[in-house]
Amino acid sequence: MLRFLARRLAIAVPTLVIASMIIFALQQLLPGDTATALSGEERDPEVIAFIREKYHLDRPLPVRYVLWAKGVLQGDLGESIRLQKPVLDLVAEKLPVTLQLACMAMLIALIIGVPMGVLSAVKQGQTADYVANGIALWGLSIPNFWLGIMMILFFSVYLGWLPASGYVPPSESLIENLKAMIMPAFVLGNAIAAVMMRHTRAAMLQVLQSDYVRTARAKGVAPLAVILRHCLRNAAVPIITLGALEFGQLLSGAVLTEQIFSVPGFGKLMVDAVFNRDYATVQGVVICTATTYIVLNLMADVAYFLVNPKLRRA
Amino acid sequence: MNAGTAAAGAKPTTPRVEKPEAGPLREVWLRFLERPSAVVGLAFVVALVAIAALADVIAPYDPFATDWGAVRSPPSLEHPFGTDEVGRDLLARIIHGARASLAAGLTSVALAVVLGLPLGLLAGYAGGIVDGAIMRLTDALLAIPFLILAIALAAFLGPSLTNAMVAIGLSATSIFVRLSRAQVLAIKAEEFIEAARAVGNPPWRIALRHILPNIVPAILVQATLTIAAAIIAEASLSFLGLGQQPPAPSWGSMLNVAKNFLDQAPWMAIWPGVSIFVAVLSFNLLGDGLRDALDPRQRR
Repeated sequence: MLRFLARRLAIAVPTLVIASMIIFALQQLLPGDTATALSGEERDPEVIAFIREKYHLDRPLPVRYVLWAKGVLQGDLGESIRLQKPVLDLVAEKLPVTLQLACMAMLIALIIGVPMGVLSAVKQGQTADYVANGIALWGLSIPNFWLGIMMILFFSVYLGWLPASGYVPPSESLIENLKAMIMPAFVLGNAIAAVMMRHTRAAMLQVLQSDYVRTARAKGVAPLAVILRHCLRNAAVPIITLGALEFGQLLSGAVLTEQIFSVPGFGKLMVDAVFNRDYATVQGVVICTATTYIVLNLMADVAYFLVNPKLRRA
Repeated sequence: MNAGTAAAGAKPTTPRVEKPEAGPLREVWLRFLERPSAVVGLAFVVALVAIAALADVIAPYDPFATDWGAVRSPPSLEHPFGTDEVGRDLLARIIHGARASLAAGLTSVALAVVLGLPLGLLAGYAGGIVDGAIMRLTDALLAIPFLILAIALAAFLGPSLTNAMVAIGLSATSIFVRLSRAQVLAIKAEEFIEAARAVGNPPWRIALRHILPNIVPAILVQATLTIAAAIIAEASLSFLGLGQQPPAPSWGSMLNVAKNFLDQAPWMAIWPGVSIFVAVLSFNLLGDGLRDALDPRQRR
């Protein structure tokens, strides 16, 4: 176990370091003088001087990176020039909203994707299989921001059932919060559901052909019990791991979904920052995303290791 | 978008006996024709390319011409798709918008292949430290979600269609590094490579003459599927205002404007979305079909 963990960490740590270098290097893409560009629209000489000082712009690039990375490790993601707030505070403020959205979306994806995948594997080559595959293809091909717009058109404009925007914190009113979040969560979960369905189907097909399933069937175990207890349980492992891997997709999707439904989360923070030329915030959001992604992958690896006895013995 | 997803989409088809004189390419073509969905995908892709190429000829109006007398008019005989908030014909803008989408899809994926394929070949063939370094770089790029990396790049490069294409291409590069590396590793173990080495071929010739041709099918399939993802990415960036800049038409930016007029002019939101959906679906169908045709081993 320890050896396994050490090997995984030996991969994760350099990955994170290189990712941080890439994110740091983004600054170099800015046209013209970095300090002037970072200062945003106002071009206030005082702000420019502050930035030159803060980012040590008079020092060579590698030194600047080390100083910046040191700050990041101590939780200093820089200062939002626009909002006059530390980036870390901004991220901490917006993250819970996006996490709620992501969890709801993942739940919806599981509820739709897994049963559909099981059904299409069990009914392989039959109508149900084709229908499920068709739905998955639709889920993968429909741009989720357009789906969001169409849902607003139908449920908000036409039927008037759900609010088109206007986030309410759950502490204020849980019902209103859920009403505002259900559409964004569905839109976000839709594409993941399609991926889940395809993976569940593939995993189930493999398990269905295995010897122990044939044995269970020969023994006269009820068909449904074979599917649920013998097959799905074993197929669940890759599905769970997939959850962690799909996290990146979820965050990418959240950027657009939050924009459409005006949900004040992580993604909206990033897009607003892009338009305000608030580059420190953009970098902060990206580095938080990358870190979360790498940590989640590490956890998925460990979880995979723990649930798979074959790996443990090796 | 990994090998697992790709394999899961494969549908069972009955194996057919080929006439002995059929060449390998013809065989692939015949297998491709066996799947109606693949043929539909191909037809749509061809149609899309034709529409983009002939946009100037087939568009009923100038996509930039405003008409203040026909602002947000619903679909009619005169304007089959209706008009937008400044009276521009939506059909003309959709037709011209196909150019931005296709250009973005093709250019960004070409960039990703041109960068990713050599890196993957090198990593897979050289192994050791070179492999380690390339893979860590790829992992690091993969750790930043596709769209988030593209948004960040577009933010720092400045918003424009060209920069959006560069951003999407760079974000997609890691997919091709990984894929070509995995393919090289699999083929490197085959006996004909050992034979090529035994007769004294230098490493670069083995990589280019013996390995590269064998990984082309997998790259082609992945490239087709990635075009679909790139079209969505371009539309997303344009939707956020980071891609094609107005007044130039792009499906994504049309949706961005349309969402402000949902209650008065819903048709403004419908057509661009349908176009993106059809374009993406066609490339997905084509990619699935190509995979089944090119790699019979993956079929169940």
